[in-house]
Amino acid sequence: MAIANKEKETPKLISLVETDYKTVNYVSGPLLFLKNVKGLAYNEMVHILCGNGEIRNGQVLECTEDFAAIQVFEGTQGIDVDQTSVRFLAEVAKIDVSIDLLGRVLNGRGDPIDGGPRVLPEARLEITGSPINPFAREKPEDFIQTGVSCLDGLNTLVRGQKLPIFSGAGLPANELTAQIIRQAKVKSGEQFAVVFAAMGITHREASFFRWDFERTGALDRVVFFLNLADDPTIERIITPRCALTVAEYLAFNYDMHILVVLTDMTNYCEALREVSTAREEVPGRRGYPGYMYTDLAEIYERAGRLKNKKGSITQLVILTMPDDDITHPIPDLTGYITEGQIVLGRHLHRRGIFPPIDVLPCLSRLMNQGIGSGKTREDHRNVADQLYASYARGRDLRKLVSIIGEEALSEEDRKYLKFADDFEQVFVSQGDEDREIERTLEISWDLFSMLPKSELKRIKHEFLDKYLVEREGTEEEVAGSDSASADAKATPDKEAAKEEAMAEETKEQKPAEAPKETKKESDSASADDKATPDEAEGEKNLAEIVEEMKDEVEKEKVE
Amino acid sequence: MLEGTVSRITGPVVEAKGMTGARMYDVTKIGDKGLIGEIIRLEDDKAVIQVYEDTSGLKVGEPALSSEAPLMVELGPGLLTSIYDGTQRPLPELQKAGGNFIERGLTVSSLDRKAKWDFKPTVKKGDKVKTGDILGIVKETSSIDHKIMMPPNTSGKIESINAGKYTIDDIIGKLDDGTELKLAHKWPVRQGRPYKRKLDPEMPLLTGQRIFDTFIPIPKGGSAIIPGPFGSGKTVTQQSLAKWADADIIVYVGCGERGNEMTEVLDEFPELEDPKTGNPLMDRTILIANTSNMPVAAREASIYTGITLAEYYRDMGYDVAMMADSTSRWGEALREVSGRLEEMPGEEGYPAYLATRLAAFYERTGRVICNGTTDENIGSVTVVGAVSPAGGDFSEPMTQNSLRITGAFWALDASLAHRRHFPAINWIKSYSLYLGQLEDWYSENLSPEFKKYREQAMGLLQKESELQEIVQLVGPDALPESEKAILEVTQMLREDYLQQFAFHEIDSFCPLEKQLWMLKAILSFYNAADEALKRGVSLQQILELPFKEEISRMKEVKNDDLSSIQALVEKINKEIINLEVL
Repeated sequence: MAIANKEKETPKLISLVETDYKTVNYVSGPLLFLKNVKGLAYNEMVHILCGNGEIRNGQVLECTEDFAAIQVFEGTQGIDVDQTSVRFLAEVAKIDVSIDLLGRVLNGRGDPIDGGPRVLPEARLEITGSPINPFAREKPEDFIQTGVSCLDGLNTLVRGQKLPIFSGAGLPANELTAQIIRQAKVKSGEQFAVVFAAMGITHREASFFRWDFERTGALDRVVFFLNLADDPTIERIITPRCALTVAEYLAFNYDMHILVVLTDMTNYCEALREVSTAREEVPGRRGYPGYMYTDLAEIYERAGRLKNKKGSITQLVILTMPDDDITHPIPDLTGYITEGQIVLGRHLHRRGIFPPIDVLPCLSRLMNQGIGSGKTREDHRNVADQLYASYARGRDLRKLVSIIGEEALSEEDRKYLKFADDFEQVFVSQGDEDREIERTLEISWDLFSMLPKSELKRIKHEFLDKYLVEREGTEEEVAGSDSASADAKATPDKEAAKEEAMAEETKEQKPAEAPKETKKESDSASADDKATPDEAEGEKNLAEIVEEMKDEVEKEKVE
Repeated sequence: MLEGTVSRITGPVVEAKGMTGARMYDVTKIGDKGLIGEIIRLEDDKAVIQVYEDTSGLKVGEPALSSEAPLMVELGPGLLTSIYDGTQRPLPELQKAGGNFIERGLTVSSLDRKAKWDFKPTVKKGDKVKTGDILGIVKETSSIDHKIMMPPNTSGKIESINAGKYTIDDIIGKLDDGTELKLAHKWPVRQGRPYKRKLDPEMPLLTGQRIFDTFIPIPKGGSAIIPGPFGSGKTVTQQSLAKWADADIIVYVGCGERGNEMTEVLDEFPELEDPKTGNPLMDRTILIANTSNMPVAAREASIYTGITLAEYYRDMGYDVAMMADSTSRWGEALREVSGRLEEMPGEEGYPAYLATRLAAFYERTGRVICNGTTDENIGSVTVVGAVSPAGGDFSEPMTQNSLRITGAFWALDASLAHRRHFPAINWIKSYSLYLGQLEDWYSENLSPEFKKYREQAMGLLQKESELQEIVQLVGPDALPESEKAILEVTQMLREDYLQQFAFHEIDSFCPLEKQLWMLKAILSFYNAADEALKRGVSLQQILELPFKEEISRMKEVKNDDLSSIQALVEKINKEIINLEVL
């Protein structure tokens, strides 16, 4: 599907009563100032007719009795003060919507650019939309299984939620998003239709998503809004609003479940700043306008469900944190509006973990409503809390190890260290695997079995009895193989925690690969719960031997 | 009515000319749709108006109609259980009138005009009454009697007053000067309601949350702020307080926050039971929801609407707690409007008058002797304001300005939240200036020893933070046994005392008595262990006893049966003291 040249799009039909103004008196950045205008409406759309016959789109940002400020979506290059005229369209920004938009590729203003026929509009809607009455909202509580353990297990996504992915330059946020879109489903098996709004992303990124949708046959369920990096910046300001208007129409008129993907919000905010600066407004933090919170809220808050409608809008927002700084105004304000956040960690990415989700700063605020018995499993909440608490402790200990060395740790602390390593290697790192929620929980209980039972304080007694005891027959084996694999796996991690270049390093690198297999075997064995005692013992012996060898090496080191 | 014409539009700020005679903060209807706004600046015949609704499509030249009255709320029976937007428009009525989305220019009545209330007078003909005197009682909900008061600035002799069923527009009686008495009256939101005299706060507002009640309490009539970065649990904490605080009336203001979170509140509160009366929690609650995508100027008004409703119930002699989530959004609304007015910005773009506005708001809290003939009617307004500092940096103007005015600082800590330590209140950074004033109450009503326990526990936690620094440098092995014991005990304090899961069936609410015994158990463990260590018993021996786990299960002990904790305290004392030196 080639993108047709958008410059040649024909403008909408023009009514006869419209007036043209030739009173442009000042052009600055993306803004155009007009003198002596009458009867203007705030936020009204305009056409700008350039001297060479080209027509551009604009919107009124401010109007007084005798002048108006207009933002030009395609930029002001080539506009002159003399010949350019402005035509007011007597309506605020609107978009034609139709069910036929599914499967189409549109530009940032909602005009088709895939070479296909024009879409016959079923309705023409204002893109700003009205705020949902909080009283009309339905509580989001349908568990969405994304097949990603860090999301399903620890930061559950529910239908009607808005969840951003805080990425950094060069981190695989797109791959993760594509995986979520591919795998996302609810218990009833219903599929999502996707409204995809790309703001200022590169051709490469856009074609990655297109390729991925085509590959999985999802393209028929996708409405693609495309504002690429070389498209007009100001157009980005209306792209998400157009996309959400289409999403609302499909969700609440056709009872569809819509997943809206907005990428990349950082580009959107840059555009917002550009307009604000051109208007010479008083800047807020880092030059972003003071109303950015309100502006972002108008976009994000359009996610949700309604009591008297079946459809829903779930938002997945991608933004790039400049310099990985989570306190930068863009991620900061986003985090205050969205219901949680998924944060990607560069330290995990460097070690080849995919998805590189740094779970500690992650959060899903609506998680409690989507989990528990009947939705996922009764122990889900406890398991998530325990994983968090134990992993956080392991991470703290890593810092300690880099100062005092692993030898100085107590037995218990070393277990936590191993736990953190295994957690990253087994739980977080899952590659392309589509994990059922049950599998995610199973992995968690496997991880818990390496900690002393008295340390599992976040888990109710009854669940400990039910889920931990279940594995008691194979516990030794699981624990044994875990510690064996953890020993080996600790290696790449040590590397990360401190550059402790040891002679054994090269030797230990190899076993780091191998234990993954043994781990898988033991996992499947424990899942079956039928491992013969002999096998278990055999593995245990092996584990003990590895442990002993390791101890000896350590003793030598100490000496 | 004063009519001008719109001459300039920039976002929510509109300028109108021909407005000579208009007063500051008068409510004005803008344009053909009749959008509601307030005058915030006057210049010659021009008035600058902040509009509470989206101004898209508004044209220069449309009319601007001043009502020549400030923004008012209507006060009367029917407020409780209501759900309002920032300007006291009931959201369910808005839905009936305009559908799922809030359309512009809708006007609906704040109170139900058709509902009939059963009024029972408590005064009779010939009684002299003045401002604040209670005329009679209406049973508003199963939990709350709504006291019908003489409106402020009125007095006289009762000419007639009758029991019966009335709507809020009916006349229930007359004064001798002919003034008609009704069940409801109006009051401007930006003006504090009058009272006789402020009292010192001396009773704590019990919340059932251990960290607050034990270490950083606020009194009835006090004020506290909860600042924290996103995801640190402000909203959950606010909601826990709204659910469990022992106030008579709760006003919950969702100011510029998430729609789905408000839905959660709207969904959950009607189902929750009031721990005191067993009635639905909603029966004593007023919700004000102005979500972040609703107009910014109405967000600014929502805080004032909230506190005015709170003051109204205070005047009846109730203890009212108001939760404002989040005051930062209010500050940002001020900043946004100030920016549109092209005012000279103060720190970080906030207007220079931010501190003044904050002070004026927080000073409307307090425990007061209400107006009326007698001095017996005492009510209070407590405000807990969430603050959302940008980037979690407490040095920003909203946090700092609020700190200067409020009496308790409950600092949320992102690193605690990351390890799922909830409520993620940092016990070292947080403080309450009210501790001294509340001391007497605690020793009279709970236990004279409580202060001692609190101080010891806090001392240990302080000590821990020092020890942690050493551990970071040299490792835990370098510490002597006695200090390792401190680390063990503070871990208990942190995990088994300070942590409290807001959604647990028992632990979400912890009565004061249980707090006392839990603290006693942990500290007994420490004192006994310390004693034993001095005798030469090793820490290992002490830790081998099963107490660590038993202490960690104290949270799940039923709130009305503390015998198992009491037994545990005895057992700890006995068994650790009896440990033999190996």
